[in-house]
Amino acid sequence: MSWDRAPAGSAESGADDDADRTPVANADVCVIGAGPAGGIVADRLAEAGREVVILEAGPRFDPDDRLARQERAIRPAYDRPDVWDGDPERDAYESTGERPYPLNHARARGVGGSTLHWQGMVMRLHEDDFDSASVRGVGADWPIDYADLRPYYAAAERELGVAGAADNPFAPPREHPHPMPAFPPSYSDSLFAAACDELEIAMHSVPNARNSEGYDGRSACVGYGTCQPVCPSGAKYDATVHVERAERKGATVIDRAPVQRLVHGPDAIEAAVYATPDGDRHRQSADAFVIACGGVETPRLLLLSESSHYPDGLANSSGLVGRYFMDHLFAGTGGVLDEPTRQNHVGFLTSESHQFYDEADAEQAPFKLEFFNYDGPSPVELALTGDDWGDDLLARLRSDYGTHIGMGGLVEQLPREDSYVGLDPSTTDDHGNPVPEIHWSVGDRVLETIERVNEIQERILDELGAEITWQVGPEGTGPAYHHMGTTRMGDDPTASVVGPDLRTHDLENCWIASSSVFPTGGAMNPTLTIAALALKAADHVLETELPIR
Amino acid sequence: MELTRRDAVAALSALGLGGTLAGCVAPPGSEPVDTDRLRETLVAAAAVVYPSEVSGIEPFVAAFLEGRLADPTHVAGLEEAVAELDGNARVWYDAEFAALSVADREQVLRNVGADDADEDPSGMASERVRYYVVNDLLLALYASPTGGELVGLENPQGHAGGIGTYQRGPNA
Repeated sequence: MSWDRAPAGSAESGADDDADRTPVANADVCVIGAGPAGGIVADRLAEAGREVVILEAGPRFDPDDRLARQERAIRPAYDRPDVWDGDPERDAYESTGERPYPLNHARARGVGGSTLHWQGMVMRLHEDDFDSASVRGVGADWPIDYADLRPYYAAAERELGVAGAADNPFAPPREHPHPMPAFPPSYSDSLFAAACDELEIAMHSVPNARNSEGYDGRSACVGYGTCQPVCPSGAKYDATVHVERAERKGATVIDRAPVQRLVHGPDAIEAAVYATPDGDRHRQSADAFVIACGGVETPRLLLLSESSHYPDGLANSSGLVGRYFMDHLFAGTGGVLDEPTRQNHVGFLTSESHQFYDEADAEQAPFKLEFFNYDGPSPVELALTGDDWGDDLLARLRSDYGTHIGMGGLVEQLPREDSYVGLDPSTTDDHGNPVPEIHWSVGDRVLETIERVNEIQERILDELGAEITWQVGPEGTGPAYHHMGTTRMGDDPTASVVGPDLRTHDLENCWIASSSVFPTGGAMNPTLTIAALALKAADHVLETELPIR
Repeated sequence: MELTRRDAVAALSALGLGGTLAGCVAPPGSEPVDTDRLRETLVAAAAVVYPSEVSGIEPFVAAFLEGRLADPTHVAGLEEAVAELDGNARVWYDAEFAALSVADREQVLRNVGADDADEDPSGMASERVRYYVVNDLLLALYASPTGGELVGLENPQGHAGGIGTYQRGPNA
C-alpha cells in the first residue's frame, strides 16, 4: 500500500531550508513575485533566452499536499489563510479605511500567488472600460484601448487555458473561439433560465480558467467542489504552471526570499535586496526588473525603497504610488425554493449575465450578475459544526441542504485618491519592515449601484417563486479580493506611475506587471487582464535594449 | 444505506490519503501503536455519530483509519483522544469505551464535552476528541458518495465525483 499524502495537520510548505538561495550571476531580468503576472513574464523572457531569476516571498508548496489542504478548506479548525500556510507575522497589515479590508483572506503567498486560491473566472474587460472618463464621464481613461490588448487577451486565454463559448452577446469582439468548450449549464441555471426568460434577462456561459477537457498536460475538472481555495486535481489554472514552465526554460526560482528594498540610482534599479530563511541578506543584480507583487505588495515595495533620489518612494515622482486602491464590490441575494436546487456539486459558476454592464454612466457603475451553483451550506462542512450527531444530525442536514438558490454580482468601484495602500511604521513584519496600511474607501456610485443590482436579483428570485432569506447590499458589501490600481498606468508622468508600456516613468529598467496598473477596474474578474498585461510587459522588456545599467 | 469500498476509497481520497486499502500499515514512528484499540474505538464511536440507516460501518471505518495511520502526528493525536474516552469510560462505567452500549458511549462523548466543542487538534480534551474522533468520522462519511446521497447530494464537496451530477435534475 502506498500512503503518499499527509493529512491536514501535516501539510507542509515543502520548502527546502537547505536550498541554494544565493543570487543568480549575470541575470538579465529579475522578476519579483511568482504569481500569474510574474510567472507569465518569466516564462516569456526565458523562452526568449534571457537569464531570468524569480524572487518569491512565500514558499514553494508541495503539489502532493493539495488534498491535505482541501481537508483544511473543509474543516472548521482551519481558517481560510491556514489553507496556504498564512503567517500572521509575515503577512501583518493594518486596515484603516471606512470599511475593513480582510487582506489575508484576499491573497495567498507562495509560488503560484493568489491563483492558488482563486475562483478562476476569466473575462475580458469591455471596450468602454478602457475609456471610462470619456464614455461614462467618471474615472480615468486607460492609455491603451481594447484593440491594443485584444491580441494579448487571446494569447492569455491560450496560456491559462480557458473554457468558454461565444454565447455572450454583451462581450467585446473576439477573433477566435476559446481554447476549450464551456462547461455546460447547471440544473439550477435551468431554474433561473425560466425566470430570466420571463423578465427578458439574457443568461450566458462563464469563461473559466478550468479545464473542461484535458489541456496543457493537466486533467479535466473532476468535481472536487473546493475550487476556492484549492483545486486538488490541477484542472483549475494556477501560476505554478508558468513558473514551472519558466524553470524548464532555464529560469531560477528563489522561494522564501522576500525583497526588502530595491537599490537604485536616479534612473535605474541596480539590485533587489532579499532576505532568506537563514537570516542572511542577498543582493540580486539584473539588467531589468519586473515587479509583479500584486496590488498591495507592489506599492509597498516601492514605498519601502525610498531614497534621497526618491524621498517619497521609488518611482513615485507622481506621488501616486499606493493611491487609487480599488476592488470590486459584491452584491448578492438568495433564498429558498420549495423544490430541490442541486447546489454544491461543483465549486464554480456556469452562468452569468452581462446584460446591464454597458448601461454604465456617471451615476451607475458597470456590474455583472452571477448565478450560483453553491448557494447554501455544503453538507459536509455543516456536519462538522453543531452539537448533534447520528439521526439528529442527518435530519438537520436534510433540512438545511437542498433548496437554496442565490445570485451574486460584482460592481465597479471608481478610483479615489483617498483609497490607498501606504506604510504603517507603527507595526512591522517579521523582517522589521513597516506593514502595509490598507485604507479602503469606495464612494457613493458603487453603493447606489449595489442597490440596483439587489433590485434585479430580487425580481429574478421573485419570478422564481423563491422566499428571499439573505441579501448583501450597500451596508454589508465587501471586497471580491481583486486588488487594483495602486501604480496606475497613464501617459502623463505627473498623473500615473507607469506608461502604456508598463515601464515606470521614473526608472528606465523597471516594469510593473500587476493589477496595480489598472487605471479603472471595470467589473470583470481581473486575472485575464493581468495575464494579458503581463504578456504585453514581456514584449516591452524584450524590445528594450539591454543592458542599460 | 450501506457504506461500500467505493465510499472508503472516496473518503481516503478526500482526506488526502490515497491508497489501495490492501494490507496493513504501521505508522513509521518508533513507538508501537495499538491499532486494534484505535479501530475498535472509532468503530464504536461511529455507531453513535453515524445515522442509524447507515450500514457497513466497520470495514469503512477500518479502511479510513488505515489511511490515517500513515501520519504519526495524527496517530498521536488520535491516541490521546482515545485515551481520553477510555479514561472517562472507566471512571463512569468501569470499562473501556468500545465495550459500552451505544447509549453509554454517547454519554461518554457528552461527558468529555465532544458534543458542543469546536474541533481543534491542539486544543482542550473536548476539542481534540471532537477533531480526532467525532469530526474525523463525520468528515469521512459526509465526503463519501453514500454520505452525500443520504443528504441528496451524489457528489459532496471533497469527492471527485465528476462534472455530470451538477447538470442533472432531481429526478434524473
